[in-house]
Amino acid sequence: MPILRADHGACQGYANCVAGASDVYDIDDDGVVVLLKERVPEEERQRVEEAARSCPVSALTVEGG
Amino acid sequence: MSRTAVVVGSSVAGVRTAQALAAGGFDGRVLVIGAERTEPYDKPPLSKHFLTGVWDASRLALLNGGRADERVELRLGVAAEHLDVAGKQLRLADGTRVPYDVCVIATGASARPSPWAARDGIHVLRTVQDSAALRRDLLRGGEVVVVGGGFVGAEVAAAASGLGCPVTVVDPLVDPMARVLGPRVGPLLTGIHERHGVRTRFGTGVVAIEGTSGGLRVILDDGSVLAASTVVVGIGAVPNDGWLRSSGLDIADGVICDEYCRVQGTRDVFAAGDVARWPHPRHGEHVRGEHWTNAVEQAACVARNIVHQGDPVPYRPVEYVWSDQYDWKIQIAGSPALMSGHHVIGDLTGDRPRAAVAYTDTTGRLGAALTLNWPRALVACRRLLAAAAEFTQAITELDLLADARPTGRR
Ligand SMILES: Cc1cc2nc3c(=O)[nH]c(=O)nc-3n(C[C@H](O)[C@H](O)[C@H](O)COP(=O)(O)OP(=O)(O)OC[C@H]3O[C@@H](n4cnc5c(N)ncnc54)[C@H](O)[C@@H]3O)c2cc1C
Repeated sequence: MPILRADHGACQGYANCVAGASDVYDIDDDGVVVLLKERVPEEERQRVEEAARSCPVSALTVEGG
Repeated sequence: MSRTAVVVGSSVAGVRTAQALAAGGFDGRVLVIGAERTEPYDKPPLSKHFLTGVWDASRLALLNGGRADERVELRLGVAAEHLDVAGKQLRLADGTRVPYDVCVIATGASARPSPWAARDGIHVLRTVQDSAALRRDLLRGGEVVVVGGGFVGAEVAAAASGLGCPVTVVDPLVDPMARVLGPRVGPLLTGIHERHGVRTRFGTGVVAIEGTSGGLRVILDDGSVLAASTVVVGIGAVPNDGWLRSSGLDIADGVICDEYCRVQGTRDVFAAGDVARWPHPRHGEHVRGEHWTNAVEQAACVARNIVHQGDPVPYRPVEYVWSDQYDWKIQIAGSPALMSGHHVIGDLTGDRPRAAVAYTDTTGRLGAALTLNWPRALVACRRLLAAAAEFTQAITELDLLADARPTGRR
């Protein structure tokens, strides 16, 4: 199952990830990304990867096969 | 038989299209052709962390070796020169012909060149080389004059000031940010420079720039003269559509597309990013985006419409742009300049306000939003905009968010 990771130090709160996949990513009151899930089913990979690619500072990765 | 998708342009729109094709089920070859020799890199940091030296070039990479990236072939350092729509092939500057089954135009834009005579010591900012050259001059110290008070100009002013240079920003408009935010809210951002010790000469045009690097003279239309070691000209961008003139495609400040981002009059040519002009339903006319998120969302839409040919989806984004100036995080969703009224939520006072301006259109819906140092409110506004929420409902939600306090962790 694809594993989600976030680099909280790199995150700038640009929030494109939330616009792309609000069931997986959120932004807290400090303006930093929160992972709402740590893993997603394989069928979700493409959608979540697309949200991760929309991060302007590449703070998000989807790992594992 | 395997198909070939050729993407022209190796920056964010082109690379993200190629990645989305590879990841999204396009079964053939995915080739990206780029005029720049440099490995695909991203631009927003060029006026921010890269210019100030906080980030090095490795942080700019657009391809990170993920699963989809391995399928993306690159052909860098050679520009496409001609698109033969009927023959379905491209001609490159070195004479090579590249046949395609589907082509994506993602050639972006270039900095509008400085119209003034002086060349030495005058910078524009679009490429990583531009940013590195500007940084070298800023590190030398001395007065900096930034011509243009838009996003890029404002960011450069903030970066130069952060590097210890005395900075003056010049713009012929009295309130340069009013173009984006409307006349009532514009001054809030236009005033950011003075608040941070950077001088402004707004409402004053540049007549001429004379001299050479280290000893430049910027002559203004009120007769005054600013001495500068370095001048940065940030007066907008022009789409890289000149190479398409011989193609017969409809070019009008960008390449004209339909609502699916398919280039008008073609079956197999699409466009994404700063070069694409498409009919945006909310604007009621063709528009061209000049922001990062537009490039990425349009790239995803184009890739999807290529893979699912029979069932294309129209491209109708909620525009979003961010800008980092001094220690302020500025985020804008929708098009505030088109709106009729607004309401402020949060606190605009202090050195680093945490506030939102919600804009409404004439139908009583939330139409656009500006947030300052408040990403969480921006998230809410983008969601509410996508849902076409009532203005009053949006304000109620934002008021609730305003009560939650940051922990101060960041
Ligand atoms: C300094 C700077 C800071 C920015 N900051 C922000 C920001 O904070 N927030 C935001 O939302 N947006 C920002 N932007 C805007 C954002 O970077 C652009 O919208 C985005 O880069 C557009 O991507 P693109 O791929 O369409 O075009 P471009 O980035 O312009 O890339 C086009 C590529 O195509 C290549 N090319 C051109 N012609 C040819 C040809 N004939 N053949 C082959 N290749 C060709 C070019 O060399 C270039 O590599 C900034 C832009 C700049 C310059």
